[in-house]
Amino acid sequence: MRFERRLTTPRWLVFVVPIGSLIAAFAAAAVVLLLAGKDPLATYARLFDRGYFAPGALTNTLITTTPLLLTGLAAAVAFRMRLWNIGAEGQLYLGAVGASGVGLALHGLPGPVIIPAMILAGLVTGAAWAIIAGLLRAYLNTNEIITTLMLNYVAGLLVTYLIFDSRSIWRDLSSFSARAFPQGKPLPDAASWPVLNIAPDPSFAVTVPFGFLVGIVVAVVVWFLYGSTSFGFDARVLGDSPSAARYAGIKTKRVVVLMMGLSGALAGLGGASEIGDFRHVLDPRGLQQAGFGYAGIVVAALARYNPFAVCVVAVLLGGLANAGYSLQGPDFPAGLVGVLQGMILFFALGGELLLRYRVTWSRQRAQSAAVPATGEAGAA
Amino acid sequence: MNINESIVVVLTASAIFYGTPLIFAAVGELLAERSGVLNLGVEGMMLMGAVSAFWAVQHLAGPDWLVLLLATLIGGVVALATSLIHAVLSVGLRANQIVSGLAITIFAGVTGLSSYIGNVAHLGGQPALHEFTAVNVAGLSNAPVVGPILFHQNALVYASWAVVIVAWAYLYRTRTGLHLRAVGESPETADVMGVNVVRYRYLHTLAGGLLAGVAGAYYSLVITPSWIDGMTSGVGWIAIALVIFAFWRPELTLVGAYLFGLFSSMGFVLQARGVRLPPEVLSSLPYVMTVVVLVVVSTGWAKQRLGAPASLGTPYVREER
Repeated sequence: MRFERRLTTPRWLVFVVPIGSLIAAFAAAAVVLLLAGKDPLATYARLFDRGYFAPGALTNTLITTTPLLLTGLAAAVAFRMRLWNIGAEGQLYLGAVGASGVGLALHGLPGPVIIPAMILAGLVTGAAWAIIAGLLRAYLNTNEIITTLMLNYVAGLLVTYLIFDSRSIWRDLSSFSARAFPQGKPLPDAASWPVLNIAPDPSFAVTVPFGFLVGIVVAVVVWFLYGSTSFGFDARVLGDSPSAARYAGIKTKRVVVLMMGLSGALAGLGGASEIGDFRHVLDPRGLQQAGFGYAGIVVAALARYNPFAVCVVAVLLGGLANAGYSLQGPDFPAGLVGVLQGMILFFALGGELLLRYRVTWSRQRAQSAAVPATGEAGAA
Repeated sequence: MNINESIVVVLTASAIFYGTPLIFAAVGELLAERSGVLNLGVEGMMLMGAVSAFWAVQHLAGPDWLVLLLATLIGGVVALATSLIHAVLSVGLRANQIVSGLAITIFAGVTGLSSYIGNVAHLGGQPALHEFTAVNVAGLSNAPVVGPILFHQNALVYASWAVVIVAWAYLYRTRTGLHLRAVGESPETADVMGVNVVRYRYLHTLAGGLLAGVAGAYYSLVITPSWIDGMTSGVGWIAIALVIFAFWRPELTLVGAYLFGLFSSMGFVLQARGVRLPPEVLSSLPYVMTVVVLVVVSTGWAKQRLGAPASLGTPYVREER
């Protein structure tokens, strides 16, 4: 087997490879299921039924999709410029803290005031948490992979502290039982985000959460930012070649800090949407069990960092995650969704090779093909 | 008061106790990184090691020492198999090492295969049938000061010292160690010298997996002899940071590992002595200190001379050198 570098990638391959890697991942995970004595076909049938086709399934899937879409975009904007922000998880927690804090503090005000304030708070707190790592990376050259990850654990402990070990405004202290068994204080009704009901006929009705619509708008903004602004251009140059960016006079430190802030803001918005669309309370356990931040990396990688592809992939993986939660039990052990996500990522990564290289099997053909290929490259 | 109960002695002994898994994981990661392969899957591999070692102690019968030895090896081998995925993707298929390593942790980690195995095999909530206990070396466990620190630890602590010595001797005193360093610094040169770059990278990534598995087994067989989803709680990531603090030198991982062992154990010891602080503050100490030390190490002077292997993270393709 030989690999030859492709000079151009055929357009159809860009679509075929991710779809192929999804199929391959499901096939490989079927082996894991068989080893545990489960019937893979029946498991997958239930997974897809609960994720998309059962009544109300798509509505629940969209609720799970929304934070995934935003953490996916958060990972995509950073990874595309080779800024490895693995901290979407913690930035999402902080966004949830900020949005729920504002929602609680503005108690009594109408929705049109509270909801934009929650969105803003989610963006700002998420960005602030990410900028810690961004500043360290830009000015002190500290590896952002490690710092963003460590901050995930700190953020998780912070959320736990706010509900379980403090008398903060996030905690419900109104009754005796709430003081004995710590839980978050429910947000006012006006802080619940609106929904869009789509019911073309009575048998099929979908409720689209507001956060999902915001996420689609954000995807368009990200696409515009990367493709059509000088800031996006600077970021792409910096990602491809840091030294070229420096010689070109790009303020590399500023770009790193801003990009990290943007990535964190998107993850924080994911946290805000989780509060406004779904939980309406700061719930440390629920947030940490969901693992949206890490799953966002899978979304971004499978979408090859393209913001529109992120939207599609988020719905796909959101369905998987949603079905995973609702089916969890002896027949459907926890951990299966992570196995599937990991497998998808492995095959997507392996598939990248097919996009960049042409794989030839016969030794003879490879050698005869290699000669003109180098000739062309030399001439070009 | 007995000097062996003083806070300094207790803290030092428990720093060694809690720092030991970091030594195994960090030396393993260091070997992989010296060959030029960055493996961010340490956390996932550790959890695979932890769950399979725990499965082994619950299902094997025999004398304690034999069961524990086999369980530790099984933990290591299962993690080695997990690291093979990373090796195939990043060395064989030239994938992005950062994303591939993350994929390992997502695949095997808290919400992945290790949790799945724990659920399917019903490992949660069981007490371990065999566990490592402190051994009284040469009857010196009650010696003042050095007794509890050096002569009353479990067998894996002594094994970790052996691993550090062997890794140091291997890197700096053997021909293969020299070749390994060459592969990490300049794979082109190593290739010209006749060193098989791909084979070195595969083997050292696998060695890293083996040691990460032993580190994981330390959690399920020593620290809390049981199986809990995600029981390593981020230590795999601290191990990766530790390789940076240690400037990619095995002997220096000892210093960093025990420092972090100290931060991990400080919470328990202070609480036992009646210091009132929110538990989350104490639990966040190792993570915050990792960031702080990483910042100190990465600012300037030290990085100039003792930096990372030059080819770290970049795939080697002979035709494209």
